[in-house]
Amino acid sequence: MTFRRELDEQKLENLIAQLLRAGVVASALVVIAGAVFYLGTHPRSWVDFRTFRGEPEELKTVHGIVSCAFSGQARCIMQLGLLLLIATPVARVIFSAVAFTIEGDRMYLLFTLIVLAVLLYSLFGSFLTA
Amino acid sequence: MNVLEFTFLVWAGSLVAGFLGALTGLGGGVVLVPLLTIFFHVDLRYAIGASLVSVIATSSGSAAAYVKEGFSNIRIGMFLEIATTLGALLGAYLTAKVPASAIAIIFGVMLVYSAYVSRRTRPRTEVEAPPDPLATKLNMNGTFPDTSGLRSYNVYRVPTGFGVMLGAGTLSGLLGIGSGALKVVAMDQAMRIPFKVSTTTSNFMIGVTAAASAGVYLSRGYIDPGLAMPVMLGVLIGSLMGTRVLVKTQTKLLRLVFSGVIVLLGLEMLFKGFTGGF
Repeated sequence: MTFRRELDEQKLENLIAQLLRAGVVASALVVIAGAVFYLGTHPRSWVDFRTFRGEPEELKTVHGIVSCAFSGQARCIMQLGLLLLIATPVARVIFSAVAFTIEGDRMYLLFTLIVLAVLLYSLFGSFLTA
Repeated sequence: MNVLEFTFLVWAGSLVAGFLGALTGLGGGVVLVPLLTIFFHVDLRYAIGASLVSVIATSSGSAAAYVKEGFSNIRIGMFLEIATTLGALLGAYLTAKVPASAIAIIFGVMLVYSAYVSRRTRPRTEVEAPPDPLATKLNMNGTFPDTSGLRSYNVYRVPTGFGVMLGAGTLSGLLGIGSGALKVVAMDQAMRIPFKVSTTTSNFMIGVTAAASAGVYLSRGYIDPGLAMPVMLGVLIGSLMGTRVLVKTQTKLLRLVFSGVIVLLGLEMLFKGFTGGF
């Protein structure tokens, strides 16, 4: 019984790992696309990361990044790729929640939902406080 | 430096860091922040933001390789992620409160410590004690594939492990690193989970932990695409190359050299932290 459960979980884990890898590849491609555009438009301008200035609003929130990226700005496209990357572990946790639901494991479903809540708070919390 | 030169040099440096990190098992993220701050004069907050993003990339990117081996324990991982994600949130908030020099000092200590941990052989007496009743209740005891089929194991000292994980998560959020070394210590030493199960479960926890602080970093403007782009692409490609050659090479000398580099970077961070270089 437990042996059988381990096998099924193994299959599911494999599937999740493939999805994670697909997520990383997809986000890397978006970042590369933005990078080509970014390096192509102003390759000779100077960079300075010595002093911290923070990022403009459109690079700080999920909503801002998405709408700015679709307006075609190179830096926003790269940021969208990075946002996709940050979202891959979130997707992983959601899949785990589905898996625990199917297995009927309520205790672990609860644990997973707590982790998911923390992640979503981190990503969207700025909306709540702003 | 102009955009083209800066991007290429940061990319190349991150590639080497990711490659050596994966090859030696010491993690590439840990040298990224010193690399960016000491050699590229990047502000500590931008460096931490870029490093954290690359941590997610390597964790998610290598998950497939780890899962195939069938060692990771998803229940242990998920339960402990409650601790690491809450810690990560706390750490990410602390980054804004704690002065940069203090972060540099903590970072230096962390670097020296992680090099020390990797050198130490782990004297562990195998005891046949009954498992922690809490572990049994939480359904954590599991099996993993061994040469002689499936081997079962028990989990001990769950509250201690949970506590260490809270600390590991806080460090991860504060310093923008995966803090894999500390996660493995919690599982392997405190909870007595078999080493292979500890390392693989730790890998999948690292990405989720980092994502918890990444959201806060993003909203605080620590993640700059112009810097995070070459770092993330470099570390990702480097670490994938590193895991490919991992099995084929004799890494003992390389580990020693890389540990030495980590110690030197740690001392440099400590020095700059104490002399107000940040």
